[in-house]
Amino acid sequence: METTFFTTQLIPALNRGLVMSIKLIIPSGMFGLVLGIVIGTLRTFGPSAIRKAANGYAAVFRGTPLLVQLFILYFGLPNLGIYLDAYAASVTGFILCSSAYHSEYIRGGLLSIKKGQLLAAESMGFSTFKTMFHIIVPQAIRKALPGCSNEIIYLIKYSSLAYIITCIELTGEGKIIATRTFRYTEVFLFLGFYYLVLVTMASFMLQKIEQKYKIPGFGKA
Amino acid sequence: MLAKEAMTMTQEKPILRVENISKTLGGKEILNSVSLSLNKGELKVLIGPSGAGKSTLLQCINFLLPPDSGRVWLDGVEIQNRRKRDLYAFRQQVGMIFQDFNLFDHLNALDNVSIALRKVKKMRRPEARDRAMAELERVGLGDKIDLYPAELSGGQKQRVSIARALAMDPKIMLLDEPTSALDPELIGEVLSVIHDLAHGGMTMLLATHQIAFTRSLANEVIFLENGIILEQGTPAELLSPNACTRSRDFCSRLDDLYKEKA
Repeated sequence: METTFFTTQLIPALNRGLVMSIKLIIPSGMFGLVLGIVIGTLRTFGPSAIRKAANGYAAVFRGTPLLVQLFILYFGLPNLGIYLDAYAASVTGFILCSSAYHSEYIRGGLLSIKKGQLLAAESMGFSTFKTMFHIIVPQAIRKALPGCSNEIIYLIKYSSLAYIITCIELTGEGKIIATRTFRYTEVFLFLGFYYLVLVTMASFMLQKIEQKYKIPGFGKA
Repeated sequence: MLAKEAMTMTQEKPILRVENISKTLGGKEILNSVSLSLNKGELKVLIGPSGAGKSTLLQCINFLLPPDSGRVWLDGVEIQNRRKRDLYAFRQQVGMIFQDFNLFDHLNALDNVSIALRKVKKMRRPEARDRAMAELERVGLGDKIDLYPAELSGGQKQRVSIARALAMDPKIMLLDEPTSALDPELIGEVLSVIHDLAHGGMTMLLATHQIAFTRSLANEVIFLENGIILEQGTPAELLSPNACTRSRDFCSRLDDLYKEKA
């Protein structure tokens, strides 16, 4: 079996795609989580009007296909005079979508925290915002971490949708080579392996974070 | 004229004054126009059956539960609880101890005590740490600063929560049944901390079922039932064996209960 196809064509292309994928995943994962924490907190503790708006946000972004959201951002917004390039549209779409899912995990975390934590903080003069920021949300994030990790791993894989709106990342590069050479089996096996490595590394890091923020007395000793 | 002035001079100004607090929760009247006041260094004890409104009253005093009506003064200044800034400043001066401790689960003992110093009082980290250390040592937990709430016994948790309140330099403390969630053998360590506080001159309003403790330390007993103050007086007046009061009746029943348990 000749190896030049792999060394000169496939691997360089996939590596190029990998760099683009990482450029998509890291900001989407980080800002998606931060926005998700904000939305989740507003959905749980916000004043009624804001709570409803945040619930509506989650309903829309969880209720429509991500691909449709990307199409609207990339092909629809120019009608309103907003031009996003393929990369910006992809990252925006991923942040909005994953934050909606994160918000649900965070909400679950927040609901599990006893009201006494709130009372204790407020009784010492913490403002509502400080109570949330320093006492309630840090605990909720810890409880939501396994769910949020799940969402980040999912994000790694759905970042492949970016190639459909012409942001050529890992899957996009693979697809181009495959259609040009008709070597679908080798290309997509390799592609799958790249994602497997990415996800394995991410799981490992997320697990480390989970361990670092583990609270003694919760879960297995 | 002069005599009148002298009169007002000798009359001690209460550090905490609460007037006509009423609160309805879920259509049920929990507090009906309750008034009380505490002078500096006094320990007043709230007793009464469960559901009498003791916890509600304590939470209304620092507006954790906003009362439907009623006014609160600290050091002669009325609290305008609608002004957030004033409310937060007021709460810093009122330490609160809860029946189930309410320590922050994600922080170790030291951070539980120091976090409000850093985030509310804007103290720098090293100073906050020193102060927190000092308070934890004061309640006998200088060797437990790295432990998390789940790693402490009930009595230790409650002592951390007392240290946490003391670190804020409160003018008064509200204690909501601080020993009711504790095993009998752990009650003593918490009571001894409260005992020391009382001797140190801390002004305290304490809801408790510890009758012996009340007899020996309270300046005044306030008996609350169905949201009103039924009786009020010194322990000797209300609780002595030949007193013919509702409070004595209640306490002797409690005493019997504890004897049965023991």
